[in-house]
Amino acid sequence: MQIQTNNQNTMKTHWSQGLHQLFRQQGIRQVSFVPDAGHATLIGLCEADRKLRAVRLTTEEEGIALAVGAWLGGDKSVLLMQSSGVGNCINMASLLSACRVPLAMIVTMRGDWAEFNPWQVPMGHAANNVLEEMGVLVTRADRDEDVLPLAEGALRIAYNTLRPAALLISQRLLGAKTFDN
Amino acid sequence: MAAKASKGKSKALDRRDVVRMLLAKRGELLVIAGLGAPAWDATDAGDHPLNFPLWGGMGGAAAIGLGLALAQPQRRVLVLTGDGELLMGMGSLATIGAQRPRNLSVVVLDNERYGETGMQASHTAFGVDLAAAAKACGFVSATMVTTIEQVRRLRAQLRRADGPLFAQVKVAPDKLPLVLPPRDGAHLKDRFREALLGKDAYFQR
Repeated sequence: MQIQTNNQNTMKTHWSQGLHQLFRQQGIRQVSFVPDAGHATLIGLCEADRKLRAVRLTTEEEGIALAVGAWLGGDKSVLLMQSSGVGNCINMASLLSACRVPLAMIVTMRGDWAEFNPWQVPMGHAANNVLEEMGVLVTRADRDEDVLPLAEGALRIAYNTLRPAALLISQRLLGAKTFDN
Repeated sequence: MAAKASKGKSKALDRRDVVRMLLAKRGELLVIAGLGAPAWDATDAGDHPLNFPLWGGMGGAAAIGLGLALAQPQRRVLVLTGDGELLMGMGSLATIGAQRPRNLSVVVLDNERYGETGMQASHTAFGVDLAAAAKACGFVSATMVTTIEQVRRLRAQLRRADGPLFAQVKVAPDKLPLVLPPRDGAHLKDRFREALLGKDAYFQR
């Protein structure tokens, strides 16, 4: 079986464009991220969009805090991260439930289907449960055509019900990273 | 242990005096107060709907200030926090430096201690210079403040000067009576949003 890799030539971009349009439609004003290969196209689209504020973070928990401040000021935001970043967010995620602050997170998975790097597996494996334990509503996209409707669902449930919601995008969908040349 | 704080200098500043002075006639200032003593200090100066005092999320105060400053570019945002709280989120200085919000100020009340956990020495007691770190991260101004006259000047700067601004205010390591703000985070958030956004806060789509 051919394992699809995630180098720039084979990256699928159509759902990235759809997500960018979704952010516009849903009135998202701030998009924060730690750079990530799976989100690379979407990050580029957000940075080029003058109606969105793209905020690069040094660690994902800053994105949780940023979202709290954004919401205090009336801005909706989205946090983009890789599954490794979920662990960095745990304590800061307390703010979301303690203050009932809405936030949509879009998490690209490592450490699941066809993972190459054994050190990515523990956090990738735990990401779903860690989010749920911190009160985040989690859905998961395994197929291309599910990304957009599930992301729209996550944004709507987050901002309509004032809760954090996350969409996990599986590695099978993204293409597993390999170190083949 | 005896940290080498302020040895041989004139009497260190009282943190409550500093905060009362910074918040006097605060006008439209939006205030984030970091976990622990800064939240009690801000409340001591007068509980206010446009204060968001933190009861958790250690390390998050500066990044909360950034999100608010980006959302409200016409309003001035002041983050009042402690040395330990800022040390836990030092990366946010770099994140703020990359965004350069003109309306954001971060003031660290530096007692060189982790006050809520038993006054253990923090890194600043060993010479770590937070103002220099902020300057290196791109803050327009980053100063060390040790006298009441400098606090007075800082107060004026917070209201007028283009940011991002940073000040590290050396304060005495006193254990002061707790002055607690409301503790329900949802209430603190809602009253802040209502005071800032009006009733629309509850009808936002």
